[in-house]
Amino acid sequence: MPVVHMASIVPISQSVGANRIIPTVAIPYPLGNPTLSPAEEKKLRRGLVEKALKALGADVTEQTVF
Amino acid sequence: MAYRVIHYINQFFGGVGGEEMADHKPEVRVGQAGPAMALHAALKGEAEVVATIVCGDNYCVANQKEVAALVATTVKKYKADALVAGPAFNAGRYGMACGTVCAAIGEACGIPTVTAMFPENPGVELYKAGTYIIPAADSARGMGQAIPAMAALLLKLLRKEALQSPEAEGYIERGVRVNMFYEKPGAERAVDMLLLKLAGKPFTTEYKMPVFDRVTPRPGITNMAGATIALVTSGGIVPKGNPDHIAASSARSYGEYDIAGVNDLTDTTYQTAHGGYDQTFANQDADRVLPVDVLRDLEREKKIGKLHHLFYSTVGNGTAVASAKKWGEEIGQKLKEANVQAVILTST
Repeated sequence: MPVVHMASIVPISQSVGANRIIPTVAIPYPLGNPTLSPAEEKKLRRGLVEKALKALGADVTEQTVF
Repeated sequence: MAYRVIHYINQFFGGVGGEEMADHKPEVRVGQAGPAMALHAALKGEAEVVATIVCGDNYCVANQKEVAALVATTVKKYKADALVAGPAFNAGRYGMACGTVCAAIGEACGIPTVTAMFPENPGVELYKAGTYIIPAADSARGMGQAIPAMAALLLKLLRKEALQSPEAEGYIERGVRVNMFYEKPGAERAVDMLLLKLAGKPFTTEYKMPVFDRVTPRPGITNMAGATIALVTSGGIVPKGNPDHIAASSARSYGEYDIAGVNDLTDTTYQTAHGGYDQTFANQDADRVLPVDVLRDLEREKKIGKLHHLFYSTVGNGTAVASAKKWGEEIGQKLKEANVQAVILTST
């Protein structure tokens, strides 16, 4: 089954061998941003998750950063 | 008095027969048979091979516990101080047999064990942590080099001499880190190393990074609207109170948590157990690490089939790579059995 790695530090994700990588926001809140309003923050998170679903739907032949 | 050694070999080297005799049950022969004669000679009287165990490779691999128990009994009966197995060269099942017997006896009897095999023999990866493996050629032509190297390492272990690095001692790295003293402090050694690196000269690291394996990318999901997606995280998200006591660093376990009916992770229901980053933001809203809220929305909107009702979580903070690998395999197996089609893994 395909796995997408949503990671704040892309080089680590690459070095451990993830094949589908989504760069995220920051280490303590990869899928959020506490400076935004709750609605804006959820929108940001949704955008990242939708990107992750696209990555899961894509065929890749090598490590790919989306 | 000479040290006493038991030597484990397979049916071929024991002269019983080839592939057709691979089911040969283990037998104990007093004294030396096959390669045990060469080993006995290479030990030069400081140690002697008191018995040789001959066992078919298929039999050993299919009955590992039974064979290990028989070898353990023989070790005790002969009051052996050490066990040697092989060399297995590039014979896969023989390598497995040598590795499993050595690792089991080392653990059960607390005596040194030494084997030898071709570095790409699958037995190396499986058993290098549990025994000392001398790198050998891929065929029996390498017997002449392997036996003296096995004898030399075995004698050092029997004499309880402190071992140098795997390179210096000539065995395959076991993945064991040891503390040692240097004349120069770390800062000076690091600068020396940097200067060598800048000059394009060879240098030896003191802290090898683990080698990560690579996985062939799996094909993409074609029907996302029908797919079950699971969440896994190394960001330490757990139910409030951390019921499984997942450690804040150097985690020794992972958790499996049911989120059936959970639409949003809140500060009263979920938190992070991770001790490697500022927990404030994840504790306020754990969706910032594990996006359950958004995936529920997508589930309702039929953009995905469903969110798997279990998520898996551990803390990726100084956690041993070997543990992470083991948990990853376990979690993968569970998700496969649960017919999950794809995984979102989040890391902090």
